Amino acid sequence: MADIVVKTEDVVKEYRMGSNILRALDGINIEIERGEYISLMGPSGSGKSTLFNMIGALDRPTEGQVYIDGQNMSQLSQRQIAAFRCHRVGYIFQSYNLLHVRSAHGNVTLPMIFAGISERDRNERAEKLLDMVGLGDRMYHLPDELSGGQRQRVAIARALANDPSIILADEPTANLDTITGREIIDLIKRLNNEQGVTVISATHDLKMLDVSDRIVDIRDGLVERIRKRDEIDIEVGEVGGEGE
Amino acid sequence: MQQRTPIEEQIDLPFVESLRISFQSLKIRFGRSIITTAGITLGIAFLVSVWTNNEIGVALQESGRQSTINTFEETTEQGISTKDIWLIVMSLIVCVVGIANSMLMAVTERFREIGTMKCLGALDGFVVRLFLLESGFQGFSGALIGALIGTLGAVLLGLKDYGLDLFFYFPLLPAQPENGPMQLGVIIVILLGCILGMILAVIGSSFPAWRAAKLPPAEAMRTEV
Ligand SMILES: Nc1ncnc2c1ncn2[C@@H]1O[C@H](COP(=O)(O)OP(=O)(O)OP(=O)(O)O)[C@@H](O)[C@H]1O
Ligand SMILES: [Mg+2]
Repeated sequence: MADIVVKTEDVVKEYRMGSNILRALDGINIEIERGEYISLMGPSGSGKSTLFNMIGALDRPTEGQVYIDGQNMSQLSQRQIAAFRCHRVGYIFQSYNLLHVRSAHGNVTLPMIFAGISERDRNERAEKLLDMVGLGDRMYHLPDELSGGQRQRVAIARALANDPSIILADEPTANLDTITGREIIDLIKRLNNEQGVTVISATHDLKMLDVSDRIVDIRDGLVERIRKRDEIDIEVGEVGGEGE
Repeated sequence: MQQRTPIEEQIDLPFVESLRISFQSLKIRFGRSIITTAGITLGIAFLVSVWTNNEIGVALQESGRQSTINTFEETTEQGISTKDIWLIVMSLIVCVVGIANSMLMAVTERFREIGTMKCLGALDGFVVRLFLLESGFQGFSGALIGALIGTLGAVLLGLKDYGLDLFFYFPLLPAQPENGPMQLGVIIVILLGCILGMILAVIGSSFPAWRAAKLPPAEAMRTEV
């Protein structure tokens, strides 16, 4: 039996704005297997980030359930949710979301501080992770002193700090040029291959297609279709040709 | 569905870690911290100068000295004028509003940081503690400097009004004159100014920080300033 790491059941998210109710997610059902690389695609405003927030426990669904590792997220206490964010998930955002008062190294150690890891161990691990993402010589720079691509690498190192089982990435390449974006995608894919982390990434970036195991197309808060890798291999050629 | 290890409970950070994180934060955004602290300093300086000025005025009247400059203000029997009360109340209000505003601004521009820290596993309580520590330190240092500046201002004004007599009758300690109102004395005024500045800064910062910490991280991170 497949090892399901993320499962959503009729997830609905409504935003209330004055008297208007906006249904950003309209009953999402997906199952994601451990070790998969999933891309969420869809036009702007289709609900990708909203779904990202539901899966990452960054917001609560209005209706429906999210299960991670078989745990119903709505039944967790505050402390369990904090521990879940700390240990189980690594978040990567379009705008990096680094803490600008902490160096690259300080950003990577913070989740380990929250996890209660000793100073020696976390310094060692931060150095290892920053080395791995190619920032060995920039460890003590502040985010403001780094390029966009370098910042995203710090964010990736930080996301890996507590050895999560899931990497959630919301348009990680949207602020980067094609080549840097490609490098970031390759890096994430490498983690997926080598460490078996499940990757769930919202994206507009067609470069993401050929590394994804499955692509979930979202439209108007609904899953429009789910395509497998082998179904898209042919399309990538066409799309890649006209896309860039 | 396969059941993995259950999700554990997040641990509390040792106090030392919180202290380190808050000081590092103050240090790196030193310029911004100074501006926020200056807001506190100004409010308290204003309040303490008005108050001390009043204490000095009352003390010198008690001593039977007259201001070398004739003022037209009406003094009540007890030696404290309604104008002085009005001034003290006004300066108190300016001080409260000024400090609350500068703390609120400083927290609001950090909503995104709060959301991000929660993504990394911060508990709400940690976020509040961080802001408590930062604002407590800023409040204390800002208010102390403000109180000293305010006192200095009042002393200079007093020198102008009463000359060197000021130092003979300087109301440093609390006093209870026979026919006058209780006098707090300048030391107590400085102390009260420091405490008030610190309390205002801590409340003005921790309350919005607590509200932000309670938001789901997705919402806290959406706020643009
Ligand atoms: N906090 C919010 N309050 C109100 N409406 C929101 C909020 N967050 C999202 N929405 C709305 O929900 C819908 C889905 O937004 P979402 O951010 O999930 O889209 P998206 O697919 O990520 O788009 P993009 O590709 O532009 O990032 C949009 O119509 C958006 O306006
Ligand atoms: Mg989005």
